[in-house]
Amino acid sequence: MGKTITQKIFDAHLRDSPTPENMVLDLDVVLCHEITTPIAIMDLMEKGMDRVFDPTKIKAVIDHVTPAKDSKTAAQGKIMREWAKRQNIKDFFDVGENGVCHALFPEKGFIRPGNTVIMGDSHTCTHGAFGAFAAGVGTTDLEVGILKGVCTFRTPISMKVVITGELKEGVVAKDVILAIIKRITVNGATDRIIEFTGPLVDTMNMAARMTLCNMAVEAGATSGLCYPDRVTAEYLWKFIKDDYTTIDAAVEEFTKWHSDADAEYAEVIELNVSNLVPQVTFGYKPDQVKDIKEMEGTPVDQVYIGSCTNGRIEDLRQSAAILKGKKLAAGVRGIVTPATPAIYSQALDEGIIKIFMDAGFCVLNPTCGACLGMSSGVLAEDEVCAATTNRNFSGRMGKGGMVHLMSPGSAAATAITGTISDPRQFLVQ
Amino acid sequence: MKTFGGPAILLDRDDINTDEIIPAKYLTEITKIALKSHLLEDLLLDGKAFDSHSPEMNEAKVVIARANFGCGSSREHAVWVFEVNDINVVIASSFARIFRQNMFNCGILAMELSEGDINAIFAMSGKLSVAVDMEQELINVHSDDAALADMQCSFSLNSYDKNLVSAGGWLAYADANY
Repeated sequence: MGKTITQKIFDAHLRDSPTPENMVLDLDVVLCHEITTPIAIMDLMEKGMDRVFDPTKIKAVIDHVTPAKDSKTAAQGKIMREWAKRQNIKDFFDVGENGVCHALFPEKGFIRPGNTVIMGDSHTCTHGAFGAFAAGVGTTDLEVGILKGVCTFRTPISMKVVITGELKEGVVAKDVILAIIKRITVNGATDRIIEFTGPLVDTMNMAARMTLCNMAVEAGATSGLCYPDRVTAEYLWKFIKDDYTTIDAAVEEFTKWHSDADAEYAEVIELNVSNLVPQVTFGYKPDQVKDIKEMEGTPVDQVYIGSCTNGRIEDLRQSAAILKGKKLAAGVRGIVTPATPAIYSQALDEGIIKIFMDAGFCVLNPTCGACLGMSSGVLAEDEVCAATTNRNFSGRMGKGGMVHLMSPGSAAATAITGTISDPRQFLVQ
Repeated sequence: MKTFGGPAILLDRDDINTDEIIPAKYLTEITKIALKSHLLEDLLLDGKAFDSHSPEMNEAKVVIARANFGCGSSREHAVWVFEVNDINVVIASSFARIFRQNMFNCGILAMELSEGDINAIFAMSGKLSVAVDMEQELINVHSDDAALADMQCSFSLNSYDKNLVSAGGWLAYADANY
């Protein structure tokens, strides 16, 4: 019997197996942010265990609320800052250099094929796009990761989503993942790892793959991942060029992190996207998804473009292509937050920021902010937001608010009309 | 081993998520106790706001819900907010992975019962209380409705999860073993 990519990664990192169902893995990377890490740091200090297993394997950022909005968030930042200094964590990103963790860390080349990665953040599955096993964990798991460099997982069970066909113009990775979650439901991948494969994934760039993997957790998955290939190697090349003679050599080596043809899956589903149209959520669960046509005309109060799902340069380009020369509908607030400083800078160079500003958008610094209702665009009771984010739970962006998840193009189209809109009507022929 | 159980509150819904259990706006707190009064603050039952400060909620030591409890965020605050309210058992027909792991990592119980058992508990009348027998792997559900007999259901925890509970959580276990 062959092995899945996840089984191969588990085998290569196995420290202990206390029961046949539980595996303790050595960790390659422990990622930290200021919301879930400070309590771990304080607990370790209280217990006289204020140490880290390896400061070079810990990467930290202040991203959820930044710059600090009040005394409490300032205190969280301070705990992180002082800890990074005390523990000699060089890869620490503070105001001016910081951005949304799941966009910033890949951009820095920290995640490599075959890695084991944890973070106290459910969207850590994003990093599976690099052919790594990356999982969100709670603060106690994070604390043990920081201290010991290990984490426990159940013996992996994988499911495969084979994506075939070709996307029509104006239909993107976000629409694909919303369609997948609709099909498998919010509970359909619980305790499983989703492998996104097939001809469409092969043609996707890393930004699109990260969008797919980012939302794997919305179907309950432990993680989502893609096989590392030439696209991965090209993205990582500036970081790995000293490790390989050529890109071809890297691509060849990455194949060791592909699932075997005879690997075993709990479920295999195929999705042909050739007839897929733009998708949108309509309720408080990410599997409540409809074709956007069915929701057209629903008024919105705010449009939010950004987040670890869709705040990358490729996403901003999709929005800008539709917004160019247009204005926000009267009474609609537009907010865009490029996910990292590098993305922001690139968007400035490409004139994208100007397009957003001319349309009437507020351009925020990189932050998680309003995606989880913490700052910078929280909704009031009964307000409606069209968002390129990943979660539409009740109260997510503010108590009593409604969030409609959609692609960057759909959000831009909605900004122009003031009601949920199909982006394809705005595409230049 | 510590004992688990007490008065139960029933939350009749699937997919109760972390943001309903503890909204993100409280994640700026750096002590667990500060979360206490915000338990289940944004929960919707039948589309209506749940009264998270009712007498039944205040005296509850056990929460019983349906499928996929704790889905969404990785925030362990969703476990701590139960812990600081003296709720050390959550019973459901299934859990989201991270929430379940966080419960055992804190040395408290996320117990999966069969859908049939969960349906039977939800069908019971009166005020319910739950006693957990870790040795026998049995849960006894008692109703204050004298007409109802106690209901017993079996559960199974693997030895690793049991070890986490008896160690008082994953940090203590990991420190002793790795």
